[in-house]
Amino acid sequence: MAEPLLQVRGLEVHFPIRSAMLRRRIGTVRAVDGVDLEVARGETLALVGESGCGKTTTGKSILRLIEPTGGSIRFAGEEIARHPPARLAPFRRRMQIVFQDPYASLNPRMTVGGILAAPFEIHRIGDAKDRAERVAALLRTVGLPPEAARRYPHEFSGGQRQRIGIARALALEPELVIGDEPVSALDVSIQAQIINLMKRLQAELGLAYIMISHNLAVVSHVADRVAVMYLGRVVETAPREALFFDARHPYTQALLSAVPEPVPGRRRARQVPQGDVPSPANPPPGCHFHPRCPLAIARCAQEAPAPRIVAPGHAVACHLVSP
Amino acid sequence: MSAAVSAPEGQLARVWQRFRRHRLALAGAFVVALLMASALFASVFAPQDPTLLDTSLRFVPPFTDWRYPLGTDELGRDTLSRLLHGGQVSLTVGLVAMVTTVLTGALIGIAAGYLGGIADTLLMRFVDTMLCFPQVFLLLVVAAFVPPTLLSISLVIGLTSWMEVSRIVRAEILHLKEQDFVAAARALGASRTRIMVRELLPNAAAPILVAATLKVASAVLMESYISYLGYGVQPPLASWGNMLTNAQGYFDTVPWLAILPGAAITLTVMGFNFLGDGLRDALDPRLRMDP
Amino acid sequence: MIGFVARRLLQAIPLLIGVSLIGFGLMHLAPGGPLAVYTLNPTIQAQDIERIRIIFGLDQPIHVQYVKWATGIVSGNWGYTFFGGRPVLDVILERLPATMLLMGSALSVAILLGLSIGILGAVRRYSVFDVLATTGALFALSFPTFWFGLMAIYVFAIQLRWLPSGGMWELGEEGNILSLLRHLVLPTMVLALVITATWSRYSRSAFLEVMHQDYMRTARAKGLPPRQRLLRHAFPNAAKPLIALLGVELPFLFSGALVTETIFGWPGMGRLFVDALNMKEYPVLMGMMMFTAIFVIIGNLLADIAIAAIDPRVRLQ
Repeated sequence: MAEPLLQVRGLEVHFPIRSAMLRRRIGTVRAVDGVDLEVARGETLALVGESGCGKTTTGKSILRLIEPTGGSIRFAGEEIARHPPARLAPFRRRMQIVFQDPYASLNPRMTVGGILAAPFEIHRIGDAKDRAERVAALLRTVGLPPEAARRYPHEFSGGQRQRIGIARALALEPELVIGDEPVSALDVSIQAQIINLMKRLQAELGLAYIMISHNLAVVSHVADRVAVMYLGRVVETAPREALFFDARHPYTQALLSAVPEPVPGRRRARQVPQGDVPSPANPPPGCHFHPRCPLAIARCAQEAPAPRIVAPGHAVACHLVSP
Repeated sequence: MSAAVSAPEGQLARVWQRFRRHRLALAGAFVVALLMASALFASVFAPQDPTLLDTSLRFVPPFTDWRYPLGTDELGRDTLSRLLHGGQVSLTVGLVAMVTTVLTGALIGIAAGYLGGIADTLLMRFVDTMLCFPQVFLLLVVAAFVPPTLLSISLVIGLTSWMEVSRIVRAEILHLKEQDFVAAARALGASRTRIMVRELLPNAAAPILVAATLKVASAVLMESYISYLGYGVQPPLASWGNMLTNAQGYFDTVPWLAILPGAAITLTVMGFNFLGDGLRDALDPRLRMDP
Repeated sequence: MIGFVARRLLQAIPLLIGVSLIGFGLMHLAPGGPLAVYTLNPTIQAQDIERIRIIFGLDQPIHVQYVKWATGIVSGNWGYTFFGGRPVLDVILERLPATMLLMGSALSVAILLGLSIGILGAVRRYSVFDVLATTGALFALSFPTFWFGLMAIYVFAIQLRWLPSGGMWELGEEGNILSLLRHLVLPTMVLALVITATWSRYSRSAFLEVMHQDYMRTARAKGLPPRQRLLRHAFPNAAKPLIALLGVELPFLFSGALVTETIFGWPGMGRLFVDALNMKEYPVLMGMMMFTAIFVIIGNLLADIAIAAIDPRVRLQ
């Protein structure tokens, strides 16, 4: 891979748990605990995992919506993890986000036109007339009539609202868009429309996506590569085909076996991990997955496995996997 | 697109429907409108000059002389004209005090709620501290310290009653700022000021509007208190509060002089209170209190 | 529980400091400074004022003055009145019983009445009684206390001559309980009106909220009679917001007492405040501000502790 658009190394987001009385730090929630990711221009990386595994926090901390407590984020070669807000501004134009809940992500007191003009106002692009034209163009791009600009978000359906959310993300012509479960709040019949819209826009505009999702069926449609997260860490990264047909990590295998039909025609014995997902405030030592892993050995409880390359572009963090 | 083309004023229509069912609120709105009109056109409606003395016509009882529909006071001044001009004073003070209260309260509430951390702690401790003092005490002490003009009275009332508003606004902001539309604005690079003013403030408009209405009522009440005690509006300018003070001296013989300004205060306070209550029920069904 | 009380006590300290800063600051905001009575009096010479200034320690830097004043507040030396040179704390404390009597009787009447109206309204929701009570409460809340007081005097004292129009005793009847009670009726009624309205509104909504909880349905399902359900199950749960209301209402109660005492010539703290204001007795005014603020802080503290005693969850926060 040439220089990746985005390169994340050892990303950490730790939240302090404080005592009620003196606000002393009495613990840490390791929501993101050393994540490595890479996204090339124009490609789609899917970030999958169960709810609570830290995938949304990872996405939001890449955009610095949540402050990372450690690690590095390089965007187009520039380290931005510790940039002050002023120096971050140019990168805000190049990285955008589409949120999960299209009802909470649009300001109910603003017209759609106001919502879509905001990016231009913030970055002082164009005058009022120019902005109105841009808003109309954006609406057409996502398949909505320009008249929609005069209406308020509550007058639209969930799918239409998500189109508005996508239009806002595209306003500043970003290179990377993070989709935080962009279709999981929508009706199944609408999901495909939105997915197809996002794929079309990717092809037209050369966007790179990070698609955060717990839905493997969606992932199998959109992803070029897939990263699987468990309890704040990436356990396996692989190209889409390799992940669906040749998953190596026991957790990935369990995840795939829980999906009714990840890929038509393929059957797999269901492996259900034992017990509950441990709390990120108190993760198990060694490999985070070992208490629930059917194959765990003594070493798994002591030492966190480093990712090993098992095939080109396919890395697995498991002691039991040989390169 | 077809499903989305519902009535654009859907929200407003629903609010109006809920408000209309609240009969007391409608009455309140009517009273408030009437008071505003009479204060605005006080000099047109007033049959006499409110400061005109005529010692030959002292204590004319109401409804006996068509020139003095509501009678005259101890100096022979026309009561109706004094009530109308007093209303002008009361409503002016009430509105200016309300604006002061709401601006201060909303500003502090938004800053505390959105900035969080140290700023929040300090601001809210300040609010707690201010709330330890009975408002009338604070009001009277400061009112006694500054020369009483209409503006100073309004400001003093406003600056001693913003604390509740800041708490209401802060609570609203704490709830709003976790919403994704705020995260979206941050992702676009919006400044804190822009997020507070453009994204958060309009969403807190409903509770602020309700608080503002109720604050007019309490400000009118406070003005009449301190004027009654001699630290508010000064004679010869008529205010309902200082009309009451004057009337107290002739209370056992000419009660109507005390009844009329008191009734005017009560009517005004009730009007704004009922309107505020109705607005709260209509705008925010969560806060509903009465059947 | 001990930890909770200790924590709440610690939290009261910054409040006390804040209150003292505001109180001290206000005193120095006064036109002519804290010695306005002297500086605005043309018969007093400049050198005399200078002497008084030194006696009161007003020539020292402001932070030294504050520390001296604050230690005085803590140790019970609240300064002396300009007229008569009496200790401020004594002057305030001798007015305390009258105010406590008035506030206590008004609060008891109001809570008893308000609670009964509120509970009945909640149990018979939307009945004629409920609608009348909630509407009545809304009217009562809009009544200016001082006008209501004047009207009460006009009707009951001047027209009907049933009750005295003001004061605490008839002349020469000091110490006569019956006379005291006759004098107490009207001020209590006036002060209690607004509090009754507040309490009926709050207790109604507190009970409405509680009565829809699952444990109330369970109590009903297991055949508990209504009286038992109300007393054993609803009451302790609804009491929490009401105790909190009691704490929050304290400053308001002082405000109401001030107005009521002025109208009825009741020799309590409110009356003292207005008199001190008229005479520019700043040491007394500031003493009263501090006294009521400390009173309010302690009241809120007690309310919080009472809530924690009822509800174990609160202690753990």
